[in-house]
Amino acid sequence: MVRKLPKADVVVIGVGWAGGIIASELTKKGLNVVGLERGKERKTEDYFMVHDELRYALRYDLMQDLSKETITFRSKERIRALPMRQYGSFLIGDGLGGAGVHWNGQTFRFLPYDFEIRSKTIERYGKNKIPAGMTLHDWGITYDELEPYYDKFEKTCGISGEENPLGGKRSDKYPTPPMKKSPSIKMFEEATKNMKLHPYMMPSANLSQSYTNPDGIARAACQYCAYCERFGCEYGAKADPVVTVIPVAKKTGKFEIRTHSNVRRILHKGGKATGVLYTDTTTGEEIEQPADIVVLTSYVFNNIRLLLMSNIGKPYNPASGTGVIGKNYAYQVIKGNAIGYFNDKQFNTYAGAGALGMVIDDYNGDNFDHKDVNFIHGGMVSLSQTGLRPIQNNPVPQGTAAWGKEFKETSLKYANRYLSVGAQGSSMPFKHHYLDLDPTYKDAFGDPLIRITFDFEEQDKNLAVFLANKCAGILKEMGADHIDSLKELGPYDITTYQSTHNTGGVIMGADPGTSAVNNYLQMWDMDNLFVVGASAFSHNSGYNPTGTVGAFAYRAAEGILKYRDKGGQVV
Amino acid sequence: MAEENKEMPQDLSRRKFLRNTGYTVGGLAVGGIIGSLIPWKKDQTTNNPPPPHAENFNQALMYFTPEQFKIVDAATERIFPKDDNGPGASDLGVAFFIDHQLAGDWGFNARDYMQPPFYRGEKVQGYQGRLKRRDIFDIGLREIDNHSMQTLKKSFTELSGDQQDQILKDFEGDKVNITTISPSGFFQMLRSATLEGVYSDPLYGGNRNMDGWKMRNYPGSQMAYADVIEKDFTKIKPQSLQSHMNHK
Repeated sequence: MVRKLPKADVVVIGVGWAGGIIASELTKKGLNVVGLERGKERKTEDYFMVHDELRYALRYDLMQDLSKETITFRSKERIRALPMRQYGSFLIGDGLGGAGVHWNGQTFRFLPYDFEIRSKTIERYGKNKIPAGMTLHDWGITYDELEPYYDKFEKTCGISGEENPLGGKRSDKYPTPPMKKSPSIKMFEEATKNMKLHPYMMPSANLSQSYTNPDGIARAACQYCAYCERFGCEYGAKADPVVTVIPVAKKTGKFEIRTHSNVRRILHKGGKATGVLYTDTTTGEEIEQPADIVVLTSYVFNNIRLLLMSNIGKPYNPASGTGVIGKNYAYQVIKGNAIGYFNDKQFNTYAGAGALGMVIDDYNGDNFDHKDVNFIHGGMVSLSQTGLRPIQNNPVPQGTAAWGKEFKETSLKYANRYLSVGAQGSSMPFKHHYLDLDPTYKDAFGDPLIRITFDFEEQDKNLAVFLANKCAGILKEMGADHIDSLKELGPYDITTYQSTHNTGGVIMGADPGTSAVNNYLQMWDMDNLFVVGASAFSHNSGYNPTGTVGAFAYRAAEGILKYRDKGGQVV
Repeated sequence: MAEENKEMPQDLSRRKFLRNTGYTVGGLAVGGIIGSLIPWKKDQTTNNPPPPHAENFNQALMYFTPEQFKIVDAATERIFPKDDNGPGASDLGVAFFIDHQLAGDWGFNARDYMQPPFYRGEKVQGYQGRLKRRDIFDIGLREIDNHSMQTLKKSFTELSGDQQDQILKDFEGDKVNITTISPSGFFQMLRSATLEGVYSDPLYGGNRNMDGWKMRNYPGSQMAYADVIEKDFTKIKPQSLQSHMNHK
């Protein structure tokens, strides 16, 4: 028997960045919001023992328990998809704050070019620049329209940064100054300036100084303790939903968070969402939470999975290219990087912060001429000092033995004597890259897992090598004695960590025929359902996605309020 | 704020271990299982005197048989050997670390997706077997010994270092004929687990005395680096998570 609860104004599925922002904005306006979070409660005090590389980085303490739910993967349709049985390529967050707890805090804005990528590519290079099968879309919104929401998210987080000389126009400067520059960052700065490139400090959600945000939330400065990515911040210096937006929503008295509540279906009738069905994972009880408005704010995979399992929206059909749910799954091309070994210099690379770094965008977006290269877009190139923890960071120059006496000696010698320059390559959508429900494998409830069909294309291979060469060039200018860089990208491999920047599947656009949500992230097919997150990205840019997810969440909150006042499609 | 480190006590000598634990059977000198419980090859020539309270209760087996333990101790020492930089895997307690890990969630693949059906996959799809890590270790260690006996007529622990390397290289290069597990997959797991044991916080039983960290000047768990982030290389005395337990 399903137990039915009293109706809420709004139910939010998943309480990470998107869910937290929606909850804070709507409760401020007097709406009652119920937040359903499948994982557990989280707070800053949980991180007393957080400097534990084994527990958090290697054993994935903060991540989704794959024994209960995972994804399946195949590189192409004729291969049988198989479950991702262990973590590798990306890490799926879990618990209050979601992936917003274990992120690094690198908080970028996408380029104006990104939002109108198809038009701008055709305008500058002609239609033939877009290869067959690349399903490039304009996003149905411009950078200028999105700018105020970027600004708002940056102020909520207190982003520490300086203006990107090659970025879009800003209405205001970053709320706090850039982080401290380590000697290796200064070397990168000098080298890139010598090369006539345009370095700027990475926009960081790790605060450079104490900061009080417009909601009155005060947080302390980052201590450069070097445990950000895969870890929670014991100082609250890294902006995450638990220390920013969630307390704002709670303070209104109108936000009820239910943890251990795993949403299984979105309920709907006559084209309108009526609420959700969820399981209390502590008791196994099935519960119905009715609501006037449903906001789907889980990670990319579950956003698509819940829509497909609930029969909402038209599933994408890769053969015909019709339908939208699951379309334009994209990722990130992250392997185009280089490592420089220095024989006579040691660095404090044991120290750092997730978003401590310096960036150039000279090879990102359309900031350079693509006439003579065999790809579109590009990627940001950076030297970041996130902290080299000892289990996971033992590189040795190519040709060195992987174990034994030589390995030990060499890896110890270079432990504090190497620097990486890395690129965050963009990922373009293709007709045959998509998400759908797996026909075979199930989660702990017996519901189908989501299935990824994805591989690297010529575009990605060319881009990765191009970016790796740029990284190597910078390390050479920095004076590295030996440089190893990527020579060939190879196929997409789910076993090696790349990035937790999975995007697409519920993409936004101006046309209901080719997109799933409008530019307020409202479903075209269901006016009272909003789907918020990187699932709305029609391709992935050459940056970390969270800044854009945050901006979209603020815009969606505005859209929800508009819908509440007027009903119907708000665009 | 920062407490002075309490370094982990040195291990007992074999004799002292026997005396303290009362492991004697009917007055006989112990060999067999009991003897192999203490494989610690304490280097008597080291000049630092053992501190007074030297028992390390963590150094006992949760999973391995004594025989398996000896193979792991020897194999991991080849992967990360003792040299002029400092101790190798054996002295760092890596085999104890792996033993303890296999006894828990990691050994049971408790947080991995282990539901059927099982199919052979493409390499890019990752591990698709039904065996748990502890099963893989059981098979892998047995096969290391089998391979040693077949090719060199001695069990692995009786081989010279160079011979042990040859056996491990055969596993690394998939030159061993086993069907139940992937030889190279097992070797890679052993190699990763070795590095984990060398460099994880000493609370897990490896990285004894924080010597893994000391060899590479890694400061371990410090609350803050705000004072050194802008500076050139700065050596900091390491501390482990245990130091945090002294704070309230």
